[in-house]
Amino acid sequence: MTALTHVLPYLVAAWVFLAGCYGLATSRNLIHAVGCLSVCQAATYVLLLAVGYRDGATAPVFSDLAPGSRPVVDPVVQALALTDVVVGATVTALLLALVVQVAKRHGTVDPDELSELRG
Amino acid sequence: MTEALIVTALLLVAGSATAAVAVRDPVRQSLVLAVLGVVLAVLFTVLQAPDVALSQLAVGSALTPLLLLLTVRKVRRRGQRAAGGGGGSDGRRGGGSGP
Amino acid sequence: MSPRMRLWLVATGGAGLAALLVAACLDLPRFGGDRHPYGDQAVEASLSRHTANTVASVTFDQRAFDTLGEMSILFAAVLGSVVLLRQTRDEHRARPEPAAVSRPVRRYALLVLPVALLTGLYVVAHGQVSPGGGFQGGVVAATALHLLYLGADYRALERVRPIAPYEAGDALAASAYLVTGLAALLAGSAFLANTLLPYGTFNTLASAGTVPLLNAAIGMEVACAVVVLLAGFLDQAVEIVDEGEHDDGEYHDDPRQRGK
Repeated sequence: MTALTHVLPYLVAAWVFLAGCYGLATSRNLIHAVGCLSVCQAATYVLLLAVGYRDGATAPVFSDLAPGSRPVVDPVVQALALTDVVVGATVTALLLALVVQVAKRHGTVDPDELSELRG
Repeated sequence: MTEALIVTALLLVAGSATAAVAVRDPVRQSLVLAVLGVVLAVLFTVLQAPDVALSQLAVGSALTPLLLLLTVRKVRRRGQRAAGGGGGSDGRRGGGSGP
Repeated sequence: MSPRMRLWLVATGGAGLAALLVAACLDLPRFGGDRHPYGDQAVEASLSRHTANTVASVTFDQRAFDTLGEMSILFAAVLGSVVLLRQTRDEHRARPEPAAVSRPVRRYALLVLPVALLTGLYVVAHGQVSPGGGFQGGVVAATALHLLYLGADYRALERVRPIAPYEAGDALAASAYLVTGLAALLAGSAFLANTLLPYGTFNTLASAGTVPLLNAAIGMEVACAVVVLLAGFLDQAVEIVDEGEHDDGEYHDDPRQRGK
């Protein structure tokens, strides 16, 4: 059991990433594809925070914790994930704006029909 | 105890991520993505990352699904014309849903 | 490429990627291990600069330059969305009808709105002390504003949310971040170095040097960015109608519609 839990978080991150990729590749609707991309993004957060975790540690916030009294988890990976959550959402918005434009220009959001249009 | 919590949260994340990909209708997908956002926030809290949990909760459960739904609405209003004018695809062509 | 062929390609590529990922997972340091050299260094540096929230210290002090990059991505993404979602010449605006809102929804939305807005601002303001900061609080405050759409109607939202000041605020916040960085340069140290202000008393609002300033700039930038983004999408979904569109019962000059 413990041997599994030592790698389980990484495996879950890999699974979520692959599931998102599968959805991207087989999607029949660009809006759905953008949703799948945000699933892929979630995998990176899981991986980052899993790398930074430490057994029995607490959050790296010292407002109610005497410094040095308890081990804390790695704050660096948390900062990486934190900024990317918000910035990733605005990039998702940019992609959705592109989808709206595609729908306006071509009247469809199905990637297969779009490539047929191009000939 | 902590270990059990982490494992549960991880399995929930894996499950809801799979569901978010398997659901093909974008409207339902955005609701599943909101659930995924909440589950991820729980996982991050359990992993002792309250900062990330807070931003995931705000973004994942509200902002991203809202943007997806607004896009669906825009695209579907156009799609109604395409369907009325003799075929063509639109946002409603979701196909089978459910994991 | 035929769909069958493509599925094959995805399957083989995915299988290869999965094998590599699993191999990498098995080789990573075990989950929950005790060796985090960078984390320990970051905690030490954060405490030496009187920042109680280590994550805020990493984001706005030790890796402030990286955050500048993230902020530019955010700014560029918002700029791109605004350009893509603008009203073009062949589109016109249809006034949305005021929709009936059921009483409980209206009451609770308007009740929660100030609380949510205040929570967002609190989260921004206490970034250097407790979990939170500009990125999270900005999103909370901006989405809280949109409860007005839920509780009242679109026109009420448009009245409290003229887009131009928010667009200006976005740019202003981005330049405030840059100016704070340049001020450190002028004061004789490195770009974005946290040497400008005294570090203050640990665990109070006035602590951590320039962290609260950069934090506030990011909070403003994120809040304005989210408002502008949602405004663009709401406009497209609710108001802007182009000639090919079928809108729900409003006046329309499309001859194809009249023919039906």
